Amino acid sequence: MQKVSRLSRFNIASLALGLAFLYLPILILVLYSFNASRLVTVWGGWSLRWYHEFFNDRAMIEAAWMSLRVAVASATIATLLGTLAAVALSRGERFRGRTLFSGMLYAPLVMPEVITGLSLLLLFVALNAERGFWTVTIAHTTLTMCFVAVVVQSRLGSLDRSLEEAAMDLGCDPVGAFIAVTLPLIAPAIVAGWMLAFTLSLDDLVIASFTTGPGSATLPIRIYSEVRLGVKPEINAICTLVIALIAVVIVIASLASKLSSSQGESAAPL
Amino acid sequence: MSSRRIFARPARFAAIAPYVWMVLFFLVPFGFVLKISLSQTAIAQPPYEPVFDLTAGWDALKAAFAALSVDNFKLLGSDDIYVFAYVRSLNVAVTATTLLLLIGYPIAYGMARLPKRWQGIAMVLVIVPFWTSFLIRIYAWINILQHDGLLNQVLLALHLVSQPVVWLSTDTAMYIGIVYSYLPFMILPLYATLAKMEPALEEAASDLGAPPWQVFWLVTFPLSLPGVGAGVLLCFIPIVGEFVIPDLLAGSNSLMIGQTLWLEFFTNKDWPVASAAAIVLLVVLLVPLLLYERLQKRQLEQGR
Repeated sequence: MQKVSRLSRFNIASLALGLAFLYLPILILVLYSFNASRLVTVWGGWSLRWYHEFFNDRAMIEAAWMSLRVAVASATIATLLGTLAAVALSRGERFRGRTLFSGMLYAPLVMPEVITGLSLLLLFVALNAERGFWTVTIAHTTLTMCFVAVVVQSRLGSLDRSLEEAAMDLGCDPVGAFIAVTLPLIAPAIVAGWMLAFTLSLDDLVIASFTTGPGSATLPIRIYSEVRLGVKPEINAICTLVIALIAVVIVIASLASKLSSSQGESAAPL
Repeated sequence: MSSRRIFARPARFAAIAPYVWMVLFFLVPFGFVLKISLSQTAIAQPPYEPVFDLTAGWDALKAAFAALSVDNFKLLGSDDIYVFAYVRSLNVAVTATTLLLLIGYPIAYGMARLPKRWQGIAMVLVIVPFWTSFLIRIYAWINILQHDGLLNQVLLALHLVSQPVVWLSTDTAMYIGIVYSYLPFMILPLYATLAKMEPALEEAASDLGAPPWQVFWLVTFPLSLPGVGAGVLLCFIPIVGEFVIPDLLAGSNSLMIGQTLWLEFFTNKDWPVASAAAIVLLVVLLVPLLLYERLQKRQLEQGR
């Protein structure tokens, strides 16, 4: 009773307005992707015409395929490296170069993308690497492993360490204890980290623009060059498909984090 | 030896692979940016004069050092375009972060005061837009703000304006886009501190006769300052270097530094100047970056 009375009318109004602000633009975008009219703002009845157009747009489909491949590859490598980094930071106690290590992991979270993109491109040029799938994948891995590390580290921090210690007292070696006890407990956070890395990669425009080569544009690069020319209903359809894909990913990730939070407090500190 | 310390040894080995990766793909690239920012522009592929060539021996290295030039930095300092771009970037970032704080705070406050079981749902609702593509969210606003877009149609229908208002290519549109995109980054840290706050403190203040605004200003707000700091840094730093939002929503008559860097790099193909611009941007952001890092480290490593 007392909890409810703490919620003032002002609180409710600001929440409602805030959520409307966050969701209305996306809902409008999705709605207009089913619009039969070519004019984006005139409603001409329901239609799947623009989806049809997208599936016949070869360049777009190729870009989408490229984006999906990069997202899966970079998210997988990033999850592996990010989890290792999280384990080292939360269980490794003190080690040489620890400050530099954590600095390198936290800086990319907020570093402007133009800087990260430019610096990686200059490296690839200096190494004479052919730019395309692998350079974008490496660039995305570098960015997203930091997010994975943060998500997994916050889960590791909330774990009861006496579980690991008990396993070792019962005769497990450290690696065995980690695999038998720690890994299953942090698995939901690892899954959530993979999903986050996947969507971040799928979403990125700036870093991909710097690190990709001619002929291998990602979906955001294609969308961006179309958007610069103005609003097109086909773009609404593509955006809706991406939103649908990400919605599926979110549902899986939230199920995973529900599993994770049922054993303790762990919200991704983003 | 405690089992905790035995556990730590192999855990340290886990650092090797990510450590090498980050040095190679995060730290070393900055060296290249620095190096190229000090070299001369050339019409070639790649478009700069190489500065260091370690294979050529000691003499070549000495010659290379002699060839280093700070011309690109001088250009950045003397050409108004760049100075204006930095000033504008900082201006936009300060204004946008202030707007974000003013809009985000009431929402986070409302979330923290919801009944416990609703708080989780509210948090998911705030995070979900962060997962949907950034570019798509900006595009959604172009749909709404364009000349015959929804906003103008609504305003015309309500007779609030007599002719369509120009929204796109204005600073207003850019601020809407920035606030829209960064709002979750402001709300979440604010909510995290507000939700942990002891309600008894506010109750005590009001029991002792403080009016609601005083309770907020003297008790709630000071206690939420760590969240304010995290939210402000999390928004301010990336906004300074923002490229996509000003490019798609703001006018082209005054550029932010991220746009200038992009232009120098992709359009003018002047890599050395673009690199110098990146170095200056990095220096500008160094203090907020270090502050942010310390905050993040404290949050993650000392438990919350």
